[in-house]
Amino acid sequence: MGFAFLHRHRGSTAYLLLAPGMLFLTVFFLVPLGFLAYQSLESGSIDFGYAFTWSWHNYSGAISGYGKQFKRSFAYAGIATVIALLVSYPVAYWIAFRGGRWKNLLLLCIVAPFFVTYLIRTLAWQTILSDNGLVVRTLIDLHILSPGGRLLATGTAVVAGITYNFLPFMALPLYVSLEQIDHTLIEAAEDLYASKWRAFFRVTFPLSLPGVVAGTLLTFIPAAGDFINAQLLGSTTNHMIGNVINSKYNELIDYPAAAAMSFILMAIILALVLIYARAVGSEKLTG
Amino acid sequence: MSTAEVTLPRGRAGASALAKVWAFVRRHVLTVYSLLFFGYLMLPIGVVIAFSFNHPRGRFNYTWRGFTWDNWLHWNSVAGIQSAIVLSLEIALFASIAATALGTLIALALVRYGFRGRGTTNLIIFLPLSTPEIVLGASLATLFLHSASYGLSIPFGFWTILIAHIMFCISFAVVTVKARLIGFDRHLEEAAMDLGANEWTTFRKVTLPLIAPAILAALLLCFAISVDDFVVTYFNAGNRVTFPIFVWGAARVATPPQINVIGTAIFAVAVSCMLGNVFIQNRRSKGA
Repeated sequence: MGFAFLHRHRGSTAYLLLAPGMLFLTVFFLVPLGFLAYQSLESGSIDFGYAFTWSWHNYSGAISGYGKQFKRSFAYAGIATVIALLVSYPVAYWIAFRGGRWKNLLLLCIVAPFFVTYLIRTLAWQTILSDNGLVVRTLIDLHILSPGGRLLATGTAVVAGITYNFLPFMALPLYVSLEQIDHTLIEAAEDLYASKWRAFFRVTFPLSLPGVVAGTLLTFIPAAGDFINAQLLGSTTNHMIGNVINSKYNELIDYPAAAAMSFILMAIILALVLIYARAVGSEKLTG
Repeated sequence: MSTAEVTLPRGRAGASALAKVWAFVRRHVLTVYSLLFFGYLMLPIGVVIAFSFNHPRGRFNYTWRGFTWDNWLHWNSVAGIQSAIVLSLEIALFASIAATALGTLIALALVRYGFRGRGTTNLIIFLPLSTPEIVLGASLATLFLHSASYGLSIPFGFWTILIAHIMFCISFAVVTVKARLIGFDRHLEEAAMDLGANEWTTFRKVTLPLIAPAILAALLLCFAISVDDFVVTYFNAGNRVTFPIFVWGAARVATPPQINVIGTAIFAVAVSCMLGNVFIQNRRSKGA
């Protein structure tokens, strides 16, 4: 329905609406990925320039030279994703089921912190976790941290930063899927003598799985490519693959190596997403 | 019940108050937990705001040295900060308008029309959202680097930043407007056409006002994402400095409290806009 020009040229109107945006995305998103692929097979040096030589050793070099950073990226991203899920699920549940007329305001509270510039937020964590800050002193007093111990420049700080910075990507999809659950289904389970916990694990949680899947992907993918948290909260021993790509591209001007690493990063993410989709059922991914 | 409480000795009364608190906590575990969670979310924000009033000694703004208004009064006294903010706002303004326009058209096509290539279109919209920013940034920069060898030299600067921002905002705009269009009652449009309105009038007088909140939401979202972006911008900025790039540079050598002032100001403006949106939505849903 809709527009008259549509009744006459049903197909062509759709394409006219799509054309400008899709053209933009093709030229500035898809084509650049092609250029990146091309560049990942170049060889040469900053001084003499790079030329295309089918240089596959950029890939093998990236894996043998930076395997540690790759592993660390996925480990940090994985841990942060799991923590984010555990931490934000109860809150998403609380807003969806008990929020009442405050729902919108509570959601705003979840999103609000993320209107402080990402880098400034992360610098604030630098202040909070600093060596003579309250958190470190308390942990030392509780003997959780040995005297002189620190949080800054450790993997813990990096994971904590990543967890915090990507929380809304987890909490919002969780809320959306919990909010859509038909409450009568849960009541039915309880009428049939399921305990509250049993009703939750057999009815509520399975129904919220689309949100769990969306949330974990939306958190894990950007987290795996992140380098800001590792840069500001970690030390060089906590560097992730994003740090390497950034320094290769922007500081060492070693474009082919950075390009190859970007593709390996994308390939691993894609593989993990596919495995994950298999495990939870692919219809949950798109639905 | 009240007589029983009165006859309790004092020590027991204290214990029962504690027990009451404990009973409350147990009954409202979820509420208590959620409030703690919100405290955790707001903690860094509190730090950012508080340290915008700090009077730091030395180059870094990490320890509290006393209260001052100076940073707010002289928010632009740090070299380069004002031009960085202006650039960020310009880019965000143009990028959000362009991305929302392109995204709204795509959303209309996706929801309203059946056409061949839908799946591919959906995939191309979804892909930028699921690609790590560093890959988006590096690949776009590679395009611009290679553009010279195709006789079309695009120097890094304002335009490359703008293109980058439009690119990663489009998908967010599509998703936002699409969500609203799906729940849209088409009978309203049919009614307008039955009453003799032509398609363009129907679009202007019925469709557009109904999806206007979604378009506004998309604009605000794109603006917020654009102002905040560091990674993609960093790869494509050349020697231009947006506000996040300014902060990145500052984090290495010196962090003036003016950074916190600007961070607080952006936060305040964004939250006011969101609050306004929430209130308008609440009023609308009451009116409907």
